Amino acid sequence: MARAVTTRTKAINTAVAWTVALVIFFPILYTLITSLKTEAEAIAGFDLIPSFTFESYVAVQTQNDYFKPFMNSVILALGSTLLALIVAIPAAWAMAFSPTKRTKDILMWMLSTKMMPAVAVLVPIYLIFLRTGLMDTRIGLTVMLMLINLPIVIWMLYTYFREIPGEILEAARMDGASLWNEILYILTPMAVPGIASTMLLNIILAWNESFWTIQLTTTNAAPLTAFIASFSSPQGLFWAKLSAASTLAIAPILIMGWFSQKQLVRGLTFGAVK
Amino acid sequence: MGNITLRNVRKAFGNVVIIPDINLDIEDGEFVVFVGPSGCGKSTLLRLIAGLEDTTSGTISIDGRDVTGEAPAKRKLAMVFQSYALYPHMTVAKNIAFPLKMAGEDKATIERKVADAARVLNLTDYLERRPGQLSGGQRQRVAIGRAIVRQPSAFLFDEPLSNLDAALRGTMRLEISELHFQLKTTMIYVTHDQIEAMTMADKIVVLNAGNIEQVGSPMELYNAPRNLFVAGFIGSPKMNLIDGPPAEKFGAHTVGFRPEHIAISTTEGTWKGTVGVAEHLGSDTFLHVHTDDLGTVNVRASGEMKINHGDTVWLTPDPARIYRFDAAGLAI
Repeated sequence: MARAVTTRTKAINTAVAWTVALVIFFPILYTLITSLKTEAEAIAGFDLIPSFTFESYVAVQTQNDYFKPFMNSVILALGSTLLALIVAIPAAWAMAFSPTKRTKDILMWMLSTKMMPAVAVLVPIYLIFLRTGLMDTRIGLTVMLMLINLPIVIWMLYTYFREIPGEILEAARMDGASLWNEILYILTPMAVPGIASTMLLNIILAWNESFWTIQLTTTNAAPLTAFIASFSSPQGLFWAKLSAASTLAIAPILIMGWFSQKQLVRGLTFGAVK
Repeated sequence: MGNITLRNVRKAFGNVVIIPDINLDIEDGEFVVFVGPSGCGKSTLLRLIAGLEDTTSGTISIDGRDVTGEAPAKRKLAMVFQSYALYPHMTVAKNIAFPLKMAGEDKATIERKVADAARVLNLTDYLERRPGQLSGGQRQRVAIGRAIVRQPSAFLFDEPLSNLDAALRGTMRLEISELHFQLKTTMIYVTHDQIEAMTMADKIVVLNAGNIEQVGSPMELYNAPRNLFVAGFIGSPKMNLIDGPPAEKFGAHTVGFRPEHIAISTTEGTWKGTVGVAEHLGSDTFLHVHTDDLGTVNVRASGEMKINHGDTVWLTPDPARIYRFDAAGLAI
């Protein structure tokens, strides 16, 4: 039986939804507002109307170059995602299409690594990076970010590939397709939406990763997360500048996320509902 | 040509033996139906012929050529799957064209053959649609179209109608039979539905637990089932199988009477009973009669019968149509 929704309940639901959304979004909004204030205004107290000055942005750019950490973030996010896909696609493929008795165990084991707090392995990883000369290098950090997100990437791709019915691949084989043609004409086109969603999510995860990027970099490989952090500690409490730096750091990924939200939502809920 | 020969074919998954040892000859142009209950190995047998599963031992040959170790693509067979297995990202035209493209045919030939197949299957108006925009019956036709364009030496159907509703199933059954008359190509059809088997087949292969119970034309299986399994499986409603003292009177361990071979009377007959459920279909009347001697007996009478729940009736079997089986379940 369909539930009757009155105009009143609809209005209440809308109001509640907007309130929840605003509460969740408020920290980001307040960061943006603070970044448009002078330092004096920022410290003065809670005020939603800024003086719309861009002096903090100018100060941030002159004090610390924005471009370099931005490029580092781009390289780390894209590089680690690409590397993760190269490893994860064949892995997920194998597990989805020729599973063995232990496939489920392997998947659980991979996921279990995400349950461990990162700080638990900080010292060994820090030492490895230090001894092998990977400290503060883009290569080292790219590999690190790839490894920490790999379980999620494999899981997501595995779920996607599992959704491709085996009979379709068999039909292609019956239709005379060679292994290569099967991959080219059937598998890849069917898997592209899944691979794209996985890629987007991983870029966001890598972009926002702040524990390892801050611990394992100083200047050369430091991405935007380290850029924000550099405004909080040594300079004291410069709220406006810190907010300006944060806004600059999250803006690119927010914009990307906004444009790809349809893909992302599909990626996150895939397999949950049929 | 499409002669298919199976010699001592065995299939096991690890320790689980699905098909112990099968020998079978399928003649060119025959419509062969593999029928049996769920898990009897009929789909596995079809997949072995297709090359989608490897045989554990034995040989499969097509037109005298041993194809046991060959990839499915090289066997020149076409298959229609239960789920249709259409390529969701391609239009109907591209789906049908796919096997031709894989065979390296030129564009003009592909277009002509796709148009021909679409005309035969009434799909011309849907060529630019995607599978997702089609109904179940149309999808099934696309799957058949994809199979016929390549002119394979045999068609393999794996329960192709089980996802359709009853009415559509009837129509598609006719269409597939028509197609067989037109193309005269070997067809192997797997189903658990004995009505499909009886109506479509030239030759029925009854399978049970990976073994062939009997091979023969529909009427051979109906009139002369070799054992209890075939007797109980072929025919609808099921044959009444009775054992014990009543059977001994007929000189058998078990006797069978088909529901349509029992006469009903309200006045006299061999066995007396009370009607449990009476199903009036107009064309037929199915009665479930609780008898004192034989337990519940299913009876089928043609046309309408004014007999209802609780009525007392007398049943008389047709003496020429009594099936007798020995203790091992084999026909006497």
